[in-house]
Amino acid sequence: MGRRVAIVGTGQTYHKSHRPDVTSKEMIKEAVDAALLDAGITIREIDAIVIGNMDHFESINAVDTYSVEGSGAYMKPVMKVSTGGTTGATVAIAAYYHVASGLFDRVLAIGFEKNSESDTTGAIITCSDAIWDRFSYSGAIPSLATEATAYMEQYGARQEDAALVGERDRNHAMNNPYAHLRRPLKVADIMASPMLAYPIKLGDICPRSDGACACVLAVDGTAQKMTKTPAWFKAAAVRHTYTWFGDSTDYTKGLVSMQRAAQDAYSQAGITNPVEEIDVAELYLPYTWAGLKWIEDIGFCGRGEAPKFVGEGNTHMGGKLPVNPSGGVISTNCIGATALLRVAEAAIQVMGKGGQRQVPDVRNALATGFGGCFWSDVVILSSEKP
Amino acid sequence: MQKTAIVGMAQTRYERRKKDRIFADMVFDVTRGALEDAGLTIDDIDSVVTVSNDFYDGRTISGMAVGDASGGQDKNISTVSGDGTFGAFYGLMRVLSGYQATIVVAHYKGSEGSVPVTTNGMFDPIFQRHLGIDAISSSALQASAYMSRYGITEEEIAAVSVKNHGNARNNPYAQLPLSITVEDVLRSRKIADPLKLLDCCPVSDGAAAIIIANESVAAKAKAKPVWIKGVAHCCEDYLLGDRDLADPVALKEAAKRAYAMAGIANPLEEIDVMEVLEPFSYMEPLWLEGLGICGAGAGAKLAVRGVTAMGGKLPVNPSGGALSANPVLVAGLARLIEASLQVRGEAGARQVPGAETALAQGYHGPCGQSQCVWIVSGKQ
Repeated sequence: MGRRVAIVGTGQTYHKSHRPDVTSKEMIKEAVDAALLDAGITIREIDAIVIGNMDHFESINAVDTYSVEGSGAYMKPVMKVSTGGTTGATVAIAAYYHVASGLFDRVLAIGFEKNSESDTTGAIITCSDAIWDRFSYSGAIPSLATEATAYMEQYGARQEDAALVGERDRNHAMNNPYAHLRRPLKVADIMASPMLAYPIKLGDICPRSDGACACVLAVDGTAQKMTKTPAWFKAAAVRHTYTWFGDSTDYTKGLVSMQRAAQDAYSQAGITNPVEEIDVAELYLPYTWAGLKWIEDIGFCGRGEAPKFVGEGNTHMGGKLPVNPSGGVISTNCIGATALLRVAEAAIQVMGKGGQRQVPDVRNALATGFGGCFWSDVVILSSEKP
Repeated sequence: MQKTAIVGMAQTRYERRKKDRIFADMVFDVTRGALEDAGLTIDDIDSVVTVSNDFYDGRTISGMAVGDASGGQDKNISTVSGDGTFGAFYGLMRVLSGYQATIVVAHYKGSEGSVPVTTNGMFDPIFQRHLGIDAISSSALQASAYMSRYGITEEEIAAVSVKNHGNARNNPYAQLPLSITVEDVLRSRKIADPLKLLDCCPVSDGAAAIIIANESVAAKAKAKPVWIKGVAHCCEDYLLGDRDLADPVALKEAAKRAYAMAGIANPLEEIDVMEVLEPFSYMEPLWLEGLGICGAGAGAKLAVRGVTAMGGKLPVNPSGGALSANPVLVAGLARLIEASLQVRGEAGARQVPGAETALAQGYHGPCGQSQCVWIVSGKQ
């Protein structure tokens, strides 16, 4: 078993669809400076850096070496980890192993994306196998549209049920000064928004944002000296179950990768009743149906019960288990940073630094990453040292 | 650091074009090969690290192509986008954090991409990229800076190519085993002054895998464990104009940390064999200076005087190195595998007799910007 590790500081940029005021390096530095300030240290005290993005969104090869002036990696060990949408969670988990291994005491995790510098769909379309998958499940939307349709068919869920998830997250974003889309949407607005791929409408899907996020991780003993409220890693679980989109499309099984990652995470954290024991969740929900179907896979409610569970307000601020106080991915999506933002927002909740978006008395916070070929990562942070 | 070992490894033969193998085929071959070498099954592996690069593969989320081939189904799997030595470093950290065994796989198909286009993408998009600079021309700048600083001749640099291509004749995995002379190198086609064709690596296809395990898995593995004694990496500045290209400061720092971890005070005396990543011939002496084997500017004399030859005081690249096969990213992992084979005493015709301690070096980024150094030993 490795050493105990905590997040002791977080930082993020403000997010927009286009940040012409900064280069990607400068954007990274904005997040790094904020995280170091939050942790009360300087870059000199950082022992190693992990950074991640998706290469083709900026069209820069080897961003670990490219970004040195922004990340602060000059004459330090730096490593790049990249796994698609899950990148940010993968970066956080890699940084966790950096510290847990005993090789480094204070590590900086960085995720970023400057989507405005690319054609997002043009880049993402190449993730599918060139021969077998690219003609069908290419880009981000088609497989999600299929999943949503199957969910509606199986459980009789309505488009309005999903739209409520969008209304919730976009309302929550009003409390987050860093969020990209700070304009509330009602269910009716989402229903009236243009259809992209049935049943996904513009209001159901995440934007593409420019932004960066950074977290400072520290080892047991050091962490407590850096902050009174370290956010301890209780679990880090990864299930990148599929390689082929064609294999991932038995939607009647639910999101298998999320089921397995969540079970693994609960067993690491000793959690038996997630809905009672988890106080807040920051979930990587790139579209509204994920806020129904996937919370069943995470175990917040039973199969087909999500429309009722969400409809009763359980996942709203003030509910039993608030989901996405930050406004989530539907409000902000700088892809390589998106899953790290989930981890950072979970840490913010544990540390009690959420301001207007703070959920009272958070002990355990759960964050997820989603991406690649229906892959899932789960991180559980806690105010209690495991 | 708790005891960890490399307990299994495999490489494909490196070739100009493997047209009967997609990425997943190559990775499946080396995954199975490494498990067979270790005498383990995929159930003994609880963590997977793949190494790939979206630019080189022409595919976003390039790790996705090899998830099932590497045995990553339902395991904790991640992808390092960098040289294989960095992927192995992540694999090691996972074992030190509590996993019992990590398999690290790397793949590359140079035959399916354009080196000038993909490596041009490493350079600053505003100030440098439109100049057409790439891995080859930037290395030519570094070679010029190094050679002019110390008055090193093209003949001295050519001796590295003669030695390494000659060594490759003993390596069944190498792509370019050649019997050549310094004259041949000097007369070969100019690529980017001062680099000639025979100063440059070939374009290669291939894959490699290693298994890093804790002590208890090492005890049950069939292969002789290769103990990890020291490892460190370090990155220097980005813009070439901000760097002293003739002074590999990141490598010096990485070596210093790796030596400290391994308890090595005098690398020339205490290390028996080295495998360094030298896609261009000038890199071998420059990296040997960074590794503290000789003083600044003295590296070029080592190959000329036979110090780094098979049978010399410190054989370097018995495998033939990256000059003889350069599947990018894989090439660093191949250095670690070759160093490990040496201390296992299983390097066949390229074996350095009695090798106990070996060093492997890899780098990522333009002109060796980010450097990683490994020390492995056959003795616990």
